[in-house]
Amino acid sequence: MGRKILFITSDQQRYDTVGANGGQLARTPHLDALAADGIRYERCQPTSVVCMPSRASILTGQFPSTHGAWMNGVALAENAPSVAESLHDAGYATALIGKAHFEPFLDPFGRFRENALANLGVPTVESPWFDGRRGVHRGFDFLELATHGVLGPLHYAKWMQTQHPEQLGNFYPVLDHELNVNALGGGDTGAPQVAFNVVPREWYHTDWVADRTIAWLDRQDENRDWFCWMSFPDPHHPWDPPRSELARVPWRDVELPTNYPVSEHEREALLDQKARHWRAWYDGLVVSNYEAPAKWVPATLTANQVREVNALNAVEVELIDEAIGRVLAMLERRGWGDEVDVIFTTDHGELQGDFGLLFKGPYHVDGLLRLPLIWRPAPVTAPTPAVVTAPVSLVSLAATFLGIAHVDVPSWSEGASLPTSDADAEARGCDQSVTEWDSALFGVDVHVRTVVTSEHLYTEYLAGTMHDGSEGELYDLVDDPLQRVNRFGDPQYANVRAVLSERLRAHALRPGVRATPGELVAPV
Amino acid sequence: MASLRHERQVDAPADFVWAVIRDPASIPAWFPGIVSCTVEGTRRTIRTATGLEIPEEILVSDALLRRFAYRITAPLYELHVGTIDVFALDSHSSLCVYGTTALPDTLALIVAGATKGALEEIARLAETSYHQATE
Repeated sequence: MGRKILFITSDQQRYDTVGANGGQLARTPHLDALAADGIRYERCQPTSVVCMPSRASILTGQFPSTHGAWMNGVALAENAPSVAESLHDAGYATALIGKAHFEPFLDPFGRFRENALANLGVPTVESPWFDGRRGVHRGFDFLELATHGVLGPLHYAKWMQTQHPEQLGNFYPVLDHELNVNALGGGDTGAPQVAFNVVPREWYHTDWVADRTIAWLDRQDENRDWFCWMSFPDPHHPWDPPRSELARVPWRDVELPTNYPVSEHEREALLDQKARHWRAWYDGLVVSNYEAPAKWVPATLTANQVREVNALNAVEVELIDEAIGRVLAMLERRGWGDEVDVIFTTDHGELQGDFGLLFKGPYHVDGLLRLPLIWRPAPVTAPTPAVVTAPVSLVSLAATFLGIAHVDVPSWSEGASLPTSDADAEARGCDQSVTEWDSALFGVDVHVRTVVTSEHLYTEYLAGTMHDGSEGELYDLVDDPLQRVNRFGDPQYANVRAVLSERLRAHALRPGVRATPGELVAPV
Repeated sequence: MASLRHERQVDAPADFVWAVIRDPASIPAWFPGIVSCTVEGTRRTIRTATGLEIPEEILVSDALLRRFAYRITAPLYELHVGTIDVFALDSHSSLCVYGTTALPDTLALIVAGATKGALEEIARLAETSYHQATE
């Protein structure tokens, strides 16, 4: 018997929203306890700052330029490698409960399996595997899926539509009538993607994901190993948590984020230092990511809106932490507490007021790049608690799961298992992580590559609609941790820039077999 | 309003391709995700794998031109026109063109994304039928 694996993800959660990482707004006692008993990573980075490519990297252990799901709306190939397939082969029961998003959401015909599954009423379906065999979809015996709202074909939405139809109108309408991400303002401040939602807490998707996870775990055989990916859709926008919970974090008491420039002059001066698409988005001239409301102009964002969004985000983070607590308590009741590895992370971050911006896009700074990551190895292994400051990547998760299961890491994995200490990281040469961005939607093409080391964050913009291939950003993380001073053109940093540019070149030329880039068939 | 077009060269004569698509009720056989449909006159209602029922109006079904055109009339689709044209390239091959025009623009992307898969199925069915006929 190996070790059981509970893999927990949230969606679009910043590093600094977790108490163990210094977060002050949300109380996260269960995550904090996992961090205290395990390994807390201080610089974990996604391979992409949007959902589909990042989640595909978690599953495949590959960068987007390898697995081929290069932007939202591009499906991960059905026969892409999957760590769940390897674990299934090793005898693990495998489940994904909550948000998957390896396949586009906007799929009215249901031609993607994730979207057809709830209507079929079966726990999984057969699909082609990487090695030519056929098996359970992407290696999961059981899929029960949810996303950010109550519309659409996924299990949570169907459950709400049939069991609680009177609640549907209480959720924020994520898309407007033109199928763009909605710019409609709500709450007390009129912030975009905010709504007061009177849905009872127990029917909200966070508790539903925990309930369904507990139900699946309860059905598992006492002695069989399992891999369970519990995937919360929050705290991704819309910010419409149950209204009954809002008193936890009164928004008027929320301090503005450290990296929110209060004065318009300061905001614009900071943005003007960066590549041109930052200011263009702020001014409402260009939207380079579908998930930022097309009709919302970031320059209109007010300080109070930032406060309210951060308060609602914190409420959602607290609900996730409490849901995690319920699942951990269930594991204890089953007598599994000592033999389960728990790994918590998210797929990417959220700007949440940094530089006067909300949401996400091709803006590679810590708000989007720096993620919470906690690995609490099974207590039966007597793990040594540690804090890892070296840069690590979500691309390492697949290899880490396989290591826990004592399964050899296949050649398709581009990531090695996570280091368990800084000494381990140094011994294994873990000194950088790379994030990619490629998008081409409605006439706007953006292509970005970023490498982060312990000391620097370096970005190159490849040629596209907004950039001519000569622009970039370079931040000194030691003396400029908020990434406010762009040293890309600073002669004193010429050598640093050359070294980091070479690292990006090496990433582009890394060996390995690349999948054919998938076709864009939806905006998300 | 956005328009997107996909095309596929088919290793079968145009008549074999047209035979695949000419019957409006045949769409579940070649459009990924459509599991069933009913046709009454010029009204077609498709049922998708998600359980959704989508009403359509058949605009053109012209055997001489080998052109089929239809409109999704669901409220979400402010405007939609889908066209399938089959052109003979020579006596053994043809070109099938699937056009999508829609408003809002996002719908054109979503529907056209599905039509590419439909073209693959149309080609597969036509080529299989042609090979069986010439064996």
